[in-house]
Amino acid sequence: MADTLLSFNNLKIEATAYPPGEPPRHVVLVDGVSVSVEKGKVLGLIGESGAGKSTIGLSAMSFGRGGVRLTGGEIVLNGRDIRTASAGALRDLRGREVTYVAQSAAASFNPAKKLMEQVIETSVAHGVMTKAEAEARAVSLFRQLSLPNPETIGNRYPHQVSGGQLQRVMTAMALCPKPDLVIFDEPTTALDVTTQIDVLAAIKRAIHETGVAALYITHDLAVVAQVADDILVLRHGKKVEYGSTDQIINAPKEAYTQALVSVRSIDHAEKPQAAPVLSVQNVTARYKGTSFDVLKNVTVDVAPGQTLAIVGESGSGKSTLARAITGLLPPASGRITFAGRTLSADLAGRTKDDLRELQMIYQMADVAMNPRQTVGTIIGRPLEFYFGLKGAEKEKRIQELLDQIEMGKGYADRYPAELSGGQKQRVCIARALAAKPKLIICDEVTSALDPLVADGILKLLLDLQARENVAYLFITHDLATVKAIADKIAVMFKGQVVRYGQKTDVLTPPFDDYTDLLLSSVPEMKLGWLEDVLTTRKMESAGN
Amino acid sequence: MRMPLSAIIGLVLTGAFLFVGLFAQFIAPYPIDSAVGGVWEGPSAAYWLGTDTIGRDIVSRLIYGAQVTIFVALASSILAFSLGSFLGFFAAVRGGWIDQTLSRIVDLVMAIPSLIVALVMLSVLPLNLTVLILVMGVLDSTRVFRLSRAVAMDITVMDYVEAAKLRGEKQGWIIFREILPNALSPLVAEFGLRFIFAVLFISTLSFLGLGIQPPLTDWGGMVKENKDGLIYGKAAALMPAMAIAALAISVNLVADWILSRTSSLKGGRGG
Repeated sequence: MADTLLSFNNLKIEATAYPPGEPPRHVVLVDGVSVSVEKGKVLGLIGESGAGKSTIGLSAMSFGRGGVRLTGGEIVLNGRDIRTASAGALRDLRGREVTYVAQSAAASFNPAKKLMEQVIETSVAHGVMTKAEAEARAVSLFRQLSLPNPETIGNRYPHQVSGGQLQRVMTAMALCPKPDLVIFDEPTTALDVTTQIDVLAAIKRAIHETGVAALYITHDLAVVAQVADDILVLRHGKKVEYGSTDQIINAPKEAYTQALVSVRSIDHAEKPQAAPVLSVQNVTARYKGTSFDVLKNVTVDVAPGQTLAIVGESGSGKSTLARAITGLLPPASGRITFAGRTLSADLAGRTKDDLRELQMIYQMADVAMNPRQTVGTIIGRPLEFYFGLKGAEKEKRIQELLDQIEMGKGYADRYPAELSGGQKQRVCIARALAAKPKLIICDEVTSALDPLVADGILKLLLDLQARENVAYLFITHDLATVKAIADKIAVMFKGQVVRYGQKTDVLTPPFDDYTDLLLSSVPEMKLGWLEDVLTTRKMESAGN
Repeated sequence: MRMPLSAIIGLVLTGAFLFVGLFAQFIAPYPIDSAVGGVWEGPSAAYWLGTDTIGRDIVSRLIYGAQVTIFVALASSILAFSLGSFLGFFAAVRGGWIDQTLSRIVDLVMAIPSLIVALVMLSVLPLNLTVLILVMGVLDSTRVFRLSRAVAMDITVMDYVEAAKLRGEKQGWIIFREILPNALSPLVAEFGLRFIFAVLFISTLSFLGLGIQPPLTDWGGMVKENKDGLIYGKAAALMPAMAIAALAISVNLVADWILSRTSSLKGGRGG
């Protein structure tokens, strides 16, 4: 093909792994992947963590992160194999022919330098253009990316712009030297949904207007469906399926792709209203030494055996609400009643039953478990602490709990580092269940997991709820998860509950402005979703 | 994981020093305090490293000196670690005024050079091994406090510690079961370094005459006894000095190796 820009032929990438307590091991990260990108086209790379998508992305500029070696196959860029190119040739190529946009813009900028200096640096260093030309190009890119004050934003420092803006500035940095190919490595993953949609729209427009080719790496199929022309589905470093975006989304062939497409389609009918087990009344809270209320007059309740989902962006006060309920942050005013008792505001004033019946599961399972304790100790401790179980009786109960979380035998002696992400979260669920709680607070428990694994966790939680009649207070920023699990929903914005009620009521129009913005920003698994939303928004704002 | 050569050398030498110290009575060819030869004799088949300022066998005195030096350094390091790490963890877990008070006291003690504090205290207090160990242990515990507080601060913000608090666990469980196992590797590495400082410190004190008192001996004291020989070209003072250096280096090699295995607090590689 005449217009092929980049092609991987039978690419093989290897590395040496250092598992804890074991001898170093040789691992194959990418095995026999062949794919090509045409000029001006966008290829989406999708897969779970560990699928090798970032590794392949970086190999497009013949780069491997620490210890990663590109050991086989060809990486043909503009007609020449760059896998074995010399260091000098690679230095010439990186930042000029191929550029890179990282996931965390905040961690990628030098905080001591102004944005403009960093945006034009590679263009000037490679001699692609003069400083004045590069600055002019940067300003026009800022404009294309809909950044506010495109003429002057370059004079700011990285901390003076928002996360979404910084991500767009990094896109400008990547596009500035007029590269042939840009690698986008999860550019919107760290952003809130309402910000993600703006950044996504900006990136998409910039790609089309500059005519650059791109590799777009993400774990979210709904996102990649909006920007990519073709999609390559990867798993464990191997190609699963490759096709046009239309074909992958609407007619996936492989079972794994089908599972990815139909993820989070759990159908959950809401349960009728009932007398609450937890009732939060007019709670206002602030952090020590500040004069700003992070929770303002929050009133919500949860019925036994039901799920209340707390939805909102980062900084909306969701997790703070959990801290207020658990007693880690005593509220300044308001009342919390639980199982018919008024809870002491402070953790120290609560009874053992208060503590036992109110359990918590965290977002990051790997830091929620002591790495020096075995699974048996982790699950066994609440049994011992609350019920005084010992010896064989305790072992038996531990095994029962492991069975309940579908992990079976042989796991009690393992350490957390020897479990997968999903298994870790399951152990945390078992630890909470061990206390026989009436309510479990789930703080973003599926956010750090791959979609399919998250699905499994949600199903397990629903299943356990049906069996144990435990209520959940489910904190999340992900509306698809909410639909899958909630009976009641509270939408939080800047510390207040802006919308609250039964699931169907909350998700049925008419919406308030914020809920409307939030709901419409969640990417849907269909082509042209992004354009539809943007058109609707434009019409609405014109109508107002 | 393959052990680096430096770590093997360090372990073997440290082990040898400990062995010699432990079994000094059986190994030493001559009694600790009897003049068996002439003054400052050179090395010979009978006295491998020669004799000292009053004709005692240097090898024997080095061996007995190892016992005292290592014992005092070890005892004071253990005291410093027990005291320092407990208070450090306690300050980190409790925070607030307890942390402030403890930290400021430690700042105060650290603001004055240890050697001067030790010299003043030892001039006032009776001179015996117990007092020596207590003084050194307490002074050194300030440094351990600093480290263990910092390490524990990183660990207390982990969700598993919060989970333990929410479970209703007492302070003791949180310190000894949740924090200590995760803080152990950096503390063990630090123990090696503090042990060496204790060896150097005790040697300094003995050299100044306020450490180990005769008839016992330690390496610092031996340097002091024989330092005049240097003027006459006698190497006797160099032998204990070299022993101090060798012990310091070998323990350091072990400590470096342990530290290199402690890459993260999350229990990552090798931890």
